[in-house]
Amino acid sequence: MNKIPNRQAICDVLLKKAAEDKDIVVLCSDSRGSASLAPFAEAFPDQFVEVGIAEQNLVSISAGLAKCGKKPFAASPACFLSTRSYEQAKVDCAYSNTNVTLVGISGGISYGSLGMSHHSAQDIAAMSAIPNMRVYIPSDRFQTAKLIEALLLDEKPAYIRVGRNAVEDIYSEENTPFEMDKATVLAEGADVLFVACGEMVKPALDAVALLKEQGISAGLLDMYCVKPLDRETLIREAQKAKVVISVEEHAPFGGLGSMVSQAVGSTCPRKVINLALPDEPVISGTSKEVFDHYGLNAEGIAKRAAEELK
Amino acid sequence: MNEIQELKVLAYDLRKKVVEMIVEGKGGHIGGDMSVMDILVSLYFKVMNISPENQDDPDRDRFVMSKGHSVEAYYAVLAQKGFFPMEEVISQFSKFGTKYIGHPNNKLPGIEMNSGSLGHGLPVCVGMALAGRMDKRNYRVYTVMGDGELAEGSVWEGAMAAGHYKLDNLCAVVDRNRLQISGSTEDVMHHDSQEERWYSFGWNVLSVNGNDIGELCDAFELAKGCKGKPTVIIANTTKGCGSAVMENKAAWHHKVPTPEEVEQIMKDLDARKEALS
Ligand SMILES: Cc1ncc(C[n+]2csc(CCOP(=O)(O)OP(=O)(O)O)c2C)c(N)n1
Repeated sequence: MNKIPNRQAICDVLLKKAAEDKDIVVLCSDSRGSASLAPFAEAFPDQFVEVGIAEQNLVSISAGLAKCGKKPFAASPACFLSTRSYEQAKVDCAYSNTNVTLVGISGGISYGSLGMSHHSAQDIAAMSAIPNMRVYIPSDRFQTAKLIEALLLDEKPAYIRVGRNAVEDIYSEENTPFEMDKATVLAEGADVLFVACGEMVKPALDAVALLKEQGISAGLLDMYCVKPLDRETLIREAQKAKVVISVEEHAPFGGLGSMVSQAVGSTCPRKVINLALPDEPVISGTSKEVFDHYGLNAEGIAKRAAEELK
Repeated sequence: MNEIQELKVLAYDLRKKVVEMIVEGKGGHIGGDMSVMDILVSLYFKVMNISPENQDDPDRDRFVMSKGHSVEAYYAVLAQKGFFPMEEVISQFSKFGTKYIGHPNNKLPGIEMNSGSLGHGLPVCVGMALAGRMDKRNYRVYTVMGDGELAEGSVWEGAMAAGHYKLDNLCAVVDRNRLQISGSTEDVMHHDSQEERWYSFGWNVLSVNGNDIGELCDAFELAKGCKGKPTVIIANTTKGCGSAVMENKAAWHHKVPTPEEVEQIMKDLDARKEALS
């Protein structure tokens, strides 16, 4: 089982790139440890800015740095980054069009029993509603690394969310198909199409295997690019299936499911089911316990698909 | 007439452009425009190395209009500086589909950052000042805030970081006109003593008559010489400065003058201008 969380994959890429690119700057809000960025702070003290527990400041300072040619990565728990500094993200990053990458760490319900103050189940809805803000939720460490490398190549603002814990690998060192803003097709299916992002990709992939045993043909898209949503791949794959099921670690409104429903409903109507967290403070527990409780695991996802196809 | 006198004259002329703009656009924040005008004229015509010729130069000074609602004064100064035509901004301000909208927007030349929501300018400038230091560039970073704006917590996050990082390439100005929308700042939310507050955050503090371009320019010069600390200039101003019709009246925060009031305001501005010579 992989032990490297996605946040560490981010740090590894930044460590590698910062040596040759002095404009890469990392900012933290008393979050360098939880963001796995302490090694960066140590290796590149001149390219690291600590702002203290001040998330609004974190984002505005990043915007100012970006406006003067820097490539800032602002890392803070996704819960605070996406809501406490929402306006700074909207005005200073998106509206002013500054090259800031907002890195939401310990995203979704990673913080488990710490409660709703620490969960970021609204971040897709919030961030994707901002014009000129992109939203990325990578699945495993290999994809996370590819994404960071790709983000370093452009000069637009983006929000990315990664979870706290290491998650199982989906891709590998040698085999990580990745095209910026293009979903990765992990399976093609004639009965059901799963569209998942982040930590939900792996259980959805396992659900594909479970369904196969039952003679059900399931497809799966790793839609790490929640915004801009890869509509083209989505519609192409949805047309092959009878039912589309979105799976995400997010509130039931305004997330990946809403976007998938809009795209499929307007272009190739078929039944769309949104699997997500409930519209309530989630039950206390580890990520696994919480996902199991709400049926956001391979068995739950497969069961729901089989029911829909009956 | 010496240079400072000429700038004082210019500030009154630009106030007249602001009045025209607001009448044409049927809206605007006239009170704060009038109080901040001398600060902007000092910065753009004496203090900062910014012009249409060097607007892409990485060594240019940076300015962020944190009190973005005073955009009419900002537009008048930028137009005078040659960033866009004065007549165009006056005729198109606030109209349907215009690029001259009611808050600064960096799709326009000369404007670095979009603003409008108060409390953003200073923290953004902290980033700009940090970038300048990292790149060993000599540019300076300036922002102007309203005094009502200082109730925003984010201002103090920025103040704290600027003090912590000893950003002596950063200079903030507080347009201390003692009024905000609902009345006196001290009634709405107490802000005195400004000097003590900024000092305690590690800043070099200068207090001046913010409607006196001579005093302002001297203060900006002192700020340039101050090492190891950011400088804040508490610019004690008069809201509506230039005409008794508007001066020190909270109702003129965003009032559009009637034709009779326009006539009186223009006369008053001319009289102030003439009194200079
Ligand atoms: C975050 C935010 N809240 C409220 C407003 C609405 N608003 C615009 S101007 C203003 C009063 C500003 O007062 P002050 O900072 O003293 O400016 P001045 O008197 O110089 O115009 C308010 C509340 C805003 N623009 N941004």
